[in-house]
Amino acid sequence: MSKSKIIRYQLVFIALLFLIALALVLNVNTGSVSMSPVRIFKIIFMRFEEGSVDSNIIWRIRLPRSLMAAVLGGALSVSGFLLQTFFRNPIAGPFVLGISSGAKMCVAFATIFILGSYGGMSAYPLVFFAFIGSLIVTGFVLMFSQKTKNMSMLLVIGIMIGYICSAVTDFFITFAKDNHIASLTSWSMGSFSGASWPALGIVTVVVLVALFCSVLISKPMDAYQLGEGYAQSMGINIKLFRWMLIILSSLLSATVTAFAGPISFVGIAVPHVSKMLMKTSRSLVIIPASFLCGAAFCIFCDLIARTAFAPTELAIGTVTALFGAPVVISLMIRQRRKKH
Amino acid sequence: MYFEAQKLSVGYSGKVLIRDISFSVERGKILSLIGPNGAGKSTILKTISRHLEKIAGAVTIEKDSIFRLSNKELAKKLSVMLTERIEPELMTCGQVVAMGRYPYTNNFGTLTAQDKALVSEALRMVRAQELADRPFSNISDGQRQRIMLARAICQQPAILILDEPTSYLDIRHKIELLDIMRKLASEKNVAIILSLHEIDLAAKISDHIICVKGDRIENCGAPEEVFTGDFIRSLYDIESGSFNTLLGSVELVAPQGEPDVFVLAGDGKGIPFYRQLQKNKQAFSTGIIFENDVDYQVASALSKSVVSAESFNPVSESKLKEAKALIDKARYFIDAGAKIGAYNKFNRELLEYARERGKTILQSPEKLFT
Repeated sequence: MSKSKIIRYQLVFIALLFLIALALVLNVNTGSVSMSPVRIFKIIFMRFEEGSVDSNIIWRIRLPRSLMAAVLGGALSVSGFLLQTFFRNPIAGPFVLGISSGAKMCVAFATIFILGSYGGMSAYPLVFFAFIGSLIVTGFVLMFSQKTKNMSMLLVIGIMIGYICSAVTDFFITFAKDNHIASLTSWSMGSFSGASWPALGIVTVVVLVALFCSVLISKPMDAYQLGEGYAQSMGINIKLFRWMLIILSSLLSATVTAFAGPISFVGIAVPHVSKMLMKTSRSLVIIPASFLCGAAFCIFCDLIARTAFAPTELAIGTVTALFGAPVVISLMIRQRRKKH
Repeated sequence: MYFEAQKLSVGYSGKVLIRDISFSVERGKILSLIGPNGAGKSTILKTISRHLEKIAGAVTIEKDSIFRLSNKELAKKLSVMLTERIEPELMTCGQVVAMGRYPYTNNFGTLTAQDKALVSEALRMVRAQELADRPFSNISDGQRQRIMLARAICQQPAILILDEPTSYLDIRHKIELLDIMRKLASEKNVAIILSLHEIDLAAKISDHIICVKGDRIENCGAPEEVFTGDFIRSLYDIESGSFNTLLGSVELVAPQGEPDVFVLAGDGKGIPFYRQLQKNKQAFSTGIIFENDVDYQVASALSKSVVSAESFNPVSESKLKEAKALIDKARYFIDAGAKIGAYNKFNRELLEYARERGKTILQSPEKLFT
């Protein structure tokens, strides 16, 4: 690694941390009740006016929500990066693979047939069902990955499983009451609203563990870029490695979907942006970079979702897609142009 | 023997494709697999590099079965160059080569000073130092092959297995690549096993050759034992055309019919004329050529009516008669322009004979086809 590269990495990391800090401040600062930054600083770091309305808004609503957006956004990006490595395909992502559709299917089943009306994100049973749904789809993808070695084919299988899940969801909806449909729709658009400290705690623990494990397999991830044959000839246990990749990425995306609903395009767009910023695909650099980049991206998107049409809140998926999709397109075109 | 395969059966999902494969290679030697497309050369190579499960038999390195080694142990002894094209993202050629250090680096793949030195040594060996910082996605096929070879060298193997390393390469790059391999074998004492499509090159680079055809090894041995007579023709089922094992050259289908042209040849001067006539599907006769003349090699592949004379001996009267008879049958007589000296005066006689007989005498065959 040359010196200029290391300097580049450091600069980008510092810039990303700064962006996250800025985004957090902005996010906590903005809302229907406005407060001065100095006051917010005092409330957060000096426990100023504990128990007041303003303090509660910050501590109970804005701060956990912003932090949740940061952790989940980061998790989603890393999950996307892992899946892109696994499929060796730039469009692989939790959303494309049908993991979100699986979650939605189970959530639909639960809302319509078991839980009745659903009223907020803190509903842990929903988190549980979404998680199970994601894992079911992952299980199928894993099962088929034993049968085929062709990655594009496996990607198509994943997409097809997603369609099946959507079809089953639609089938459930046929028997649903209007209020169930409404709550399901609002769930499936994704949102960071209603984040709580205990939920944030759970998410942070799961995500950190998964992140740590991802860093541990960063060496084989780099070698895997040369294709399965070469990777194996360099001493990698391919089967074990592929299992690790898909389990870690599904764990991450299942966690996100469970707590915030399906959020599209972050998983695809952010890893690409990170690679462009760092000018490398080294996993050891890109995993943390994707995490920070995704965190910053999601806090900003959440800010836009909250404020653009206040007091009406947009779905987070609406914002991420609106900003994520053009980024993906422009990056792809730029990459192609460079190649030819 | 350093690397050995004994009674090995290979194939896919339990179905045997080739059985009873036995061969061995010493360090510093090169073994080539040749044979028609789809014969299973790649299947053998994939099995002995453990990319594919064997069906029966044994493969050993220094008497140890490779199937009992751990992935990492094997990776330190054996490296490969595969046919699959790789598309690594944002990697420089240097980084691709450095991947060869994988079995030796720590858990985060950090390169030590020694690793870096080995990377640049490998790049120097394949003469690609200047590519080190270029993006891998931007280089040509020939350069890619060299980089992939450098990657394999960097793994410091005792055995190197290459699956058709010369495909997609132009002749210059083929020669360079094979030259590097010879160097690798002798300087680094590596045992090299490769599959090749170019049988002419196989004869020149290999110490040992294995011919794969059908469900077995058809023939094996040193190149001079394998490349004899019509063997290559039968190995590849060549029904038309021929392969000259001596020169390593390919000749296309000989023109059919009665020879209407006689070519007065010798000293290699006849070859361009033979080729021209072959392209126009014009049967020809030719003579009188000594059997050690290069013209003789091509003429006998392209014509049935070749009057040849035993080397280092005077030409007999009967050969002269034979040639005259062929001239009689032809309408045209081509003088290829071989020099006439003390020992081929018969050529002057033939030229005069053709003139007497009123044959159309040409210096080039073009007039025949316009």
